Amino acid sequence: MSDAGPTPGSQVDWRHDVFRILKEADVKHVVYVPDAGHSTAIRLADEDNAINSVVLTTEEEGIGYLAGAWLGGERGALLMQSSGVGNCINTLALQACTRFPLLMVVTMRGDWAEFNAWQNPMGQATEKALNLMGVLTWRADEPQDVAPLLHGAASMAFNGDAACALLLGQRLIGEKQWVK
Amino acid sequence: MGQVNATGALDRREVVQKLLAGRKDLLVVTGLGSPSYDVMAAGDHDNNYYLWAAMGSAAMVGLGLATAKPDHSVLVITGDGEMLMGMGGLATIATRKPANLTIAILDNGHFGETGMQVSHAGLGVNLDRVAQACGFGWTREIRDMAGVDDLRGRLSSRDGVKLATIKVKAENPPRVLPPRDGVYVKNRFRAALGHAPL
Repeated sequence: MSDAGPTPGSQVDWRHDVFRILKEADVKHVVYVPDAGHSTAIRLADEDNAINSVVLTTEEEGIGYLAGAWLGGERGALLMQSSGVGNCINTLALQACTRFPLLMVVTMRGDWAEFNAWQNPMGQATEKALNLMGVLTWRADEPQDVAPLLHGAASMAFNGDAACALLLGQRLIGEKQWVK
Repeated sequence: MGQVNATGALDRREVVQKLLAGRKDLLVVTGLGSPSYDVMAAGDHDNNYYLWAAMGSAAMVGLGLATAKPDHSVLVITGDGEMLMGMGGLATIATRKPANLTIAILDNGHFGETGMQVSHAGLGVNLDRVAQACGFGWTREIRDMAGVDDLRGRLSSRDGVKLATIKVKAENPPRVLPPRDGVYVKNRFRAALGHAPL
């Protein structure tokens, strides 16, 4: 952002915080459809031998995968872009009916300063759609909020057999440069 | 294409009974609809995880479970329609190559639960060849009980990810309903593996 001066969060490396909090939550599986906003967490997960890092063809695969990992006693997290939330809707019934910890981290599109208006319909519906399916949601727009909010979401997922999603706002991620 | 593959000759209940006979510590995940009834008909078991929804998810549940439990053999039993809805999962599974995972598709070439409409498999899509193209180490199309016997012998080998399409008759045997309480089935399954509920 061109007008952003020093802010309390400007020294916070939220991209590393995402991975650090997942590790602290004893996550052993990071499953994802890639997004630029998740690139640091994905790279760190790929490099970590204690983590199964799994690229998916579509986001709902991650719900089945994490249900299975939990049957086997292990924790995971699903990383995706807001457009992927739309792909997950019906499959969220699996979490609602079996109550397993489903932690999701969602990078937002169609949320703020979006260049591609085709992202807007799903982006604007993302949080409401998750809530309609029984998913608890939080959103972070400031770097210093990512770690505590993700910690809280992970805590409530793993202590409550709940579906919890942290939305990472587009202001946090930064404006995508389409024309250089 | 055409309907060359629209029906097989095998009895689905007999196939599943054969696959699960003497199963020991085999972990079983079932796709919604007839495969869940077939596995229930072969005998309820603490190591069974029945899906009643989330169509397309059975193979991915199997992947997550197989990854978390590498010292167990995992068998996904599902239908052609259920597998078709999650076909991208075959690509994902192939990239992971879980040595302890086998997917058995009871392929009747139809959507049996909804009125026996012909499926893509019935119209010529060979899911075993899709899996082969994705990179599965072992794939088969099985049309006789000798093939089922051979598959059963491979379930506990844990020497590579496997997928078989088993061509069964397009018919709906009487429903044998597994428990629908997903929390109960989940906690029972986990308890059998030594994992406590919350």
